[in-house]
Amino acid sequence: MKWGVVTFPGSLDDRDTLHALREVMGQEAVALWHKDESLGGAKCVVLPGGFSYGDYLRCGAIARFSPIMRSIAQFAGDGGLVMGICNGFQILCEAHLLPGALTRNRSLSFICERVTLRVENSHTPFTRAARQGELLRLPIKHGEGLYVAPEDELRQMEERGQVLLRYVGADGALDEAANPNGSTRAIAGVANQRFNVFGLMPHPEHATEPLLGGTDGLRIFQSIIESAA
Amino acid sequence: MSRPPALPGEPAVDDALAAAHGLTRDEFARIRSVLGRMPTYTELGVFSVMWSEHCSYKSSRLHLKMMPAGGARVAQGPGENAGAIDVGDGWLAVFKIESHNHPSFVEPYQGAATGVGGILRDIFTMGARPVASMDSLKFGSFDHPRTRYLLSGVVAGIGGYGNCVGVPTVAGETTFDAAYNSNILVNAFCLGLVRRGELLSARASGVGNPVLYVGSATGRDGIHGASLLASAEFDATSESKRPTVQVGDPFTEKLLIEACLEAATSGAIVAIQDMGAAGLTSSSSEMAARGELGIELDLDRVPLREPGLTPYEILLSESQERMLIVAARGRVGELAAIFAKWDLHAVEIGRITDDRRWRVRAGGKVVADIPVAALTDDAPLYDRPATPPPKPALAPRPAIATAPDARAALRALLGSPNVASKRWIFRQYDSIVQGNTVVGPGSDAGLIRIKGTRRGLALKVDSNPRACAIDPYLGAVATVCEAAINVAAAGARPVGITNCLNYGNPERPEIMWQFVRGVEGIRDAALAFDAPVVSGNVSFYNETEGRAIPPTPTIAMVGLLDDFHQHVGQFFSHPDDLVVIVRSGPPRLAASEYAALFGLQEPALGPLDLARERALADGLVDAAQAGLIRSAHDVSDGGLAVAVAEACFNPEGPLGAELVFAPGIDTACELFGEGRSTVVISASPEGVARLTERFRRAGLEVISAGRVTRAPRLRIGSTIDEDLVELREIYERALPGRIDER
Repeated sequence: MKWGVVTFPGSLDDRDTLHALREVMGQEAVALWHKDESLGGAKCVVLPGGFSYGDYLRCGAIARFSPIMRSIAQFAGDGGLVMGICNGFQILCEAHLLPGALTRNRSLSFICERVTLRVENSHTPFTRAARQGELLRLPIKHGEGLYVAPEDELRQMEERGQVLLRYVGADGALDEAANPNGSTRAIAGVANQRFNVFGLMPHPEHATEPLLGGTDGLRIFQSIIESAA
Repeated sequence: MSRPPALPGEPAVDDALAAAHGLTRDEFARIRSVLGRMPTYTELGVFSVMWSEHCSYKSSRLHLKMMPAGGARVAQGPGENAGAIDVGDGWLAVFKIESHNHPSFVEPYQGAATGVGGILRDIFTMGARPVASMDSLKFGSFDHPRTRYLLSGVVAGIGGYGNCVGVPTVAGETTFDAAYNSNILVNAFCLGLVRRGELLSARASGVGNPVLYVGSATGRDGIHGASLLASAEFDATSESKRPTVQVGDPFTEKLLIEACLEAATSGAIVAIQDMGAAGLTSSSSEMAARGELGIELDLDRVPLREPGLTPYEILLSESQERMLIVAARGRVGELAAIFAKWDLHAVEIGRITDDRRWRVRAGGKVVADIPVAALTDDAPLYDRPATPPPKPALAPRPAIATAPDARAALRALLGSPNVASKRWIFRQYDSIVQGNTVVGPGSDAGLIRIKGTRRGLALKVDSNPRACAIDPYLGAVATVCEAAINVAAAGARPVGITNCLNYGNPERPEIMWQFVRGVEGIRDAALAFDAPVVSGNVSFYNETEGRAIPPTPTIAMVGLLDDFHQHVGQFFSHPDDLVVIVRSGPPRLAASEYAALFGLQEPALGPLDLARERALADGLVDAAQAGLIRSAHDVSDGGLAVAVAEACFNPEGPLGAELVFAPGIDTACELFGEGRSTVVISASPEGVARLTERFRRAGLEVISAGRVTRAPRLRIGSTIDEDLVELREIYERALPGRIDER
């Protein structure tokens, strides 16, 4: 299938996502430029990690006004698949394509490490290749990944199954010590109500090769490939 | 002597003003003689930065020449912004290490951040994409009130900048020692990759070629960073020098990286140099000097952050994220379009001339007109006196009865900040961006792959100030050996070195002696490993109120693996594997962490046999290629017992080890001694038989020590029998525990 990966000024993992898609998974992927409005015929658009516009104001706050975000909002409105990783997740929240917001980590410092995630809803276009409750080992690397949303919104999201990934201990159980950034309800990834927009703080593109962080990230990409088929 | 007219508001140039600029009487006389007149105020400022120790290397140049810089793999030796080594498959590795010590002490966050920014620019100015960083950090003791503040600020600054530009930090080292209480060290390393034949140069050519200013606008930050901050000792007024520290903008740096690398492929760049120390002045004069040409600049065209900057300020500003480009004639528009795409300035501010003069105009007037060579190649060069200090009187070695038992010593060592896990630090750095990191921080050496090939690069930065303080020559030799053995333990052949030489005030003969002996040590060891020194940096004046830091040559080693799939990790991985210890000689307690912790004073380091050190490195690489080794871990701070414990701390779940030694050895020395290269290896029984034979044939000592166990206990002879989960807790908790103490 054809993928599009957006480059904003300050995007970092755009090249890594393109590498994982093209070289590791053999997918067709086009680089999309923030000043353009074309999505290049992509079936799934990825907003990558990084520090768009330096994140000097608030993460993702400026990037959401890029010309390409108008096209992405329309694409999502038409049911197109959109995935935001890390900074991409922050941008999707700022653009109100996803509920909630991401704030400073509980420790107030940047954290780079591998974490264990539990798949909370495997019946979505982004998780269908995983089993319900499956544990994935993926890296995180962010300073602002503490997920927050109003309590009643969270309750509704949980009821609708919009929480797709949660930080858990190595045994798969919820454990505050295994919640790296202090996210509300240990939330690591959420979808919109329509389940065609997905945002996550962990980096699946950095877990696609055995000697470089394992291959658990492939679950996410395979899910999307199956959904678009 | 004629005196050119002063600009409005400028002070009169005289002896006192020259002295305030850090110029000696002789140097000021030489400036007047070169010009045949009194310098303008602007020219005085320009000379003071270009003749500063930091820019001119006036005390070190003579000695640096003795280091080996050539070899079949060397694509670029010293003299450019960074050195380059051919690593095969059409790729060059471009790398350098640089200090940002004084700025980081005065303003830890920005000092460290701009240290990272500066070293990155040295790499991508060569046309290479920066792919990996490392840092060597020295702080004072945790008892000192500033240490936590400096540690937190420096780590946040390195992370804040490095994470935002997207270059992974893959390895590093951090030392805490009271000797650095008032003068911390921040040495930043970066490595980039460029295709062979696409290396850019900082050598101007083509009379009439336009000179382009690209990147951030110029502000008042960092003026006299090179001359007054980096090239003088610290004293009570140092805090007031905070305005000489630059302020970093990593977002602009990221744009600059992408724009410069895109511009590099256009073929329109003739020469390019970072506006680092001494900013516009050094970049323009050095590019002209390398090409034996002249250059003319018009300051009225320089993009400014605020109106009203004087020529003096514009020329001396060290505002970050700026580059100077000599463009091919007629192709300025093409380059400007690339920089515009990345929302960056690209302004033509001058041209290359043939008269070998550095001529600067502002407001239609010439404000500086100096022979290019006077600022660069003909800057002062000093052969400073170097004499060893009198032998210090050593306290007698305390009776062995006062030393703790082995069990307590092991626990104390694992909990010492120098030995303990540095996770609190490296967890704040992005170590995986760019998707090449095979081994990240927390192991002997970092390891990255080169995409599209099977090749890997192992990277390690090392220093050994305690050994250098006892013997600056042997300490430097030992530092190179340790770095080489570290990359070899990962299975990589040492292929190139960059060094950062941190010393005190070179005007003192005993400091100069330390420096010369250090350079000689690096030379001898680099020759022994066939690892040329392709780039480096000297940082003098690391002293406060007359007390110098211990001599601290920092060595960054680049190792090459033909196939990164053959790399060897440092952790035991298979229960019932055998453990062998291979070493170039028996350890000693001199300069060890054990000696420092328990107050032992050993008078002398043991000699190092460089042929054996080389044989150990070769043996490790060969064994890795033959697939004989399951894990290899270099013994360093804390000695053998600590190294074995560390090898057990497998992140996938701890394993144990059971070691047996022959009786009758000096236990403390065997368990906790350092000083000779020693590697703890695990291998299958068949592997061990072949390894042992190979290493013994190479003249190395091989000790069959024991085996890896599934149960997480560490048993060494009859003295140590410890729960590894507990030991790991001590090792992991030590640093965060001390940082959180209030």
